[in-house]
Amino acid sequence: MQTIDLSETGLRAMNKMLHEQSGTTNQTAWEIVNPKGAHAIACGLDAPIEVTVKGSTGYYCAGMNQQATVNIHGSAGPGTGENIMSGKIVIEGDASQYLGATGHGGMIVVKGNASSRCGISMKGVNIVVQGNIGHMSAFMGQSGNLVVCGDAGDALGDSCYEARFFVRGTVKSLGADCEKKEMREEHLTLLQGLLDEAGIDADPSEFTRYGSARTLYNFDVDNAGAY
Amino acid sequence: MNKRDQTGIPHTTPRQSATFTQDVNSDIRRAAATGIYDIRGGGAKRKVPSFDDLLFMGASISRYPLEGYREKCETSVTIGGLNAENPVELDIPITIAGMSFGALSGPAKEALGRGASAAGTSTTTGDGGMTPEERGHSDKLVYQYLPSRYGMNPDDLRKADAIEIVVGQGAKPGGGGMLLGQKISDRVAEMRNLPKGIDQRSACRHPDWTGPDDLEIKILELREITGWKVPIYVKVAGARPYYDTTLAIKAGADAVVLDGMQGGTAATQNVFIEHVGLPTLAIVRPAVQALQDLGMHRKVQLILSGGIRSGADVAKAMALGADAVAIGTAALIALGDNDPKWEAEYNALGTTAGAYDDWHEGQDPAGITTQDPDLMARLDPIEGGRRLRNYLKVMTLEAQTIARACGKNHLHNLEPEDLVALTMEAAAMAQIPLAGTNWYPGKPGTAY
Repeated sequence: MQTIDLSETGLRAMNKMLHEQSGTTNQTAWEIVNPKGAHAIACGLDAPIEVTVKGSTGYYCAGMNQQATVNIHGSAGPGTGENIMSGKIVIEGDASQYLGATGHGGMIVVKGNASSRCGISMKGVNIVVQGNIGHMSAFMGQSGNLVVCGDAGDALGDSCYEARFFVRGTVKSLGADCEKKEMREEHLTLLQGLLDEAGIDADPSEFTRYGSARTLYNFDVDNAGAY
Repeated sequence: MNKRDQTGIPHTTPRQSATFTQDVNSDIRRAAATGIYDIRGGGAKRKVPSFDDLLFMGASISRYPLEGYREKCETSVTIGGLNAENPVELDIPITIAGMSFGALSGPAKEALGRGASAAGTSTTTGDGGMTPEERGHSDKLVYQYLPSRYGMNPDDLRKADAIEIVVGQGAKPGGGGMLLGQKISDRVAEMRNLPKGIDQRSACRHPDWTGPDDLEIKILELREITGWKVPIYVKVAGARPYYDTTLAIKAGADAVVLDGMQGGTAATQNVFIEHVGLPTLAIVRPAVQALQDLGMHRKVQLILSGGIRSGADVAKAMALGADAVAIGTAALIALGDNDPKWEAEYNALGTTAGAYDDWHEGQDPAGITTQDPDLMARLDPIEGGRRLRNYLKVMTLEAQTIARACGKNHLHNLEPEDLVALTMEAAAMAQIPLAGTNWYPGKPGTAY
């Protein structure tokens, strides 16, 4: 285990150290102490390492992550895991807005709640939230899966494309062109796999699936009122 | 001679309305027939005060000129030296603006890269990400970081020579974009993670930050991911140039790209293009003032775009304080866009060479703004690159000619005092004295 005290090492030196780890590194376990809400912690990683941040983080922790596993033992600031490509981010506390924005792949797990615009413009990432999510989540979501074990706020999935949403609790309102969908066997299997990967014990049959009604895919003036 | 009817009463001459012109009437008829606003490519077509309304004075007794073809007139520019380990070093101060693969064909992007590289300058990606042919043929490639993040990935980010965070575009300040389904080929769809054939909306705001305080943190993140190696540009539309430039600098930008309303777009509502934004002429001085007020002029570079066409435009932009310019529409014309040789095909599309602007429909006879394989094949990227290189060289020679005539041994040494304005509007917008006077509207210490 390599331990970095961020208050002593500084952001640049710490990220540089993590960026220098290659695919064959044997220093796979890293611990960052004294994060104190700093921004851009462990962003741009591209190696199969596991980084544990002992405390809360600011903006864009683990942004654009590739391969790495990043554990946040605290709450996470805005844009955590933005544009994640692969790997895994696990947040023990709550996540602020724009969690996993535009994420292309990998998985983000939130043990607490996630704020507004969770999964905005998601492009393939899988996000599993044990608690609730805020308004405008998965706005313009293109692909990937958003799993919510609690409730979803207003305008879930507004103007979404092919992303899928599974919500166990209530949805305050659906966004434009987002509708309730049939939960078929294939979706139950998919959801079970996502919950297992996230390490969350929940029954897939208790969830409802939502997704695009696909009525806004090509511009039609008769739909102008929907925007 | 007026016609007379059978009673001998003279008729008045048929009179067209200055308000309801034939153009306006055709807009109304089109709207009434379709129920949809007009979408088109390009920039503002309306006449606005422009660099054409400025003149250089040249040398006289008080200034002596440099010998053409004999005395050196430098053209190089370094962009992003403030924070980046590897600033962008260009031989000429004319760059190629961001235009997407998707809006443009693959060969067109390759041609832009070839031409820019041969002329010693940079080209820029666009919405839709970086293609291998573009990276491969561009010595200096600026990677645009856009709200949609289509095709955005850290591997390409690290291959870039600079990163340009796009906040706005001169053709549509405050607007996003739409790539219509007919241009979404398999390749475009794959790069953008969307099904083929559906309209692809490009968002107007970034998904993970709002405002200048967030932008500062976003810049920090991008620097950390790329190891502080490459410059970060911030591109803004010409809307509130003093404040936007100030905020971009305070957020940590290494360069500010400022785009006036004549700047083109791949597709936007005509009403947006023609009625939102400021003319390029009007945005330079406030931006330079912001740089000077912060002590950052020539430290943070100002790249001006929006209707730059000639070496004269380049020289005027630089005399007003810009460090470089960017061209988009002009580069496409150099490649062959709107060439009269395709007139019969433009006619078949209901338009004419020079006026073709339905770039979003993917039927470009010149094979540039299309994903149709047959049309794309009309543009030879090698020949296109050669044409662009020639054009860039001519623009540079023209700008040097003017600079030498003003006694300047570097284009950067051109200054506002070399210019006069032809109209009151241009004088006011550029803060340049009206020709034959020492006054411009709004000059401190003078009355209107």
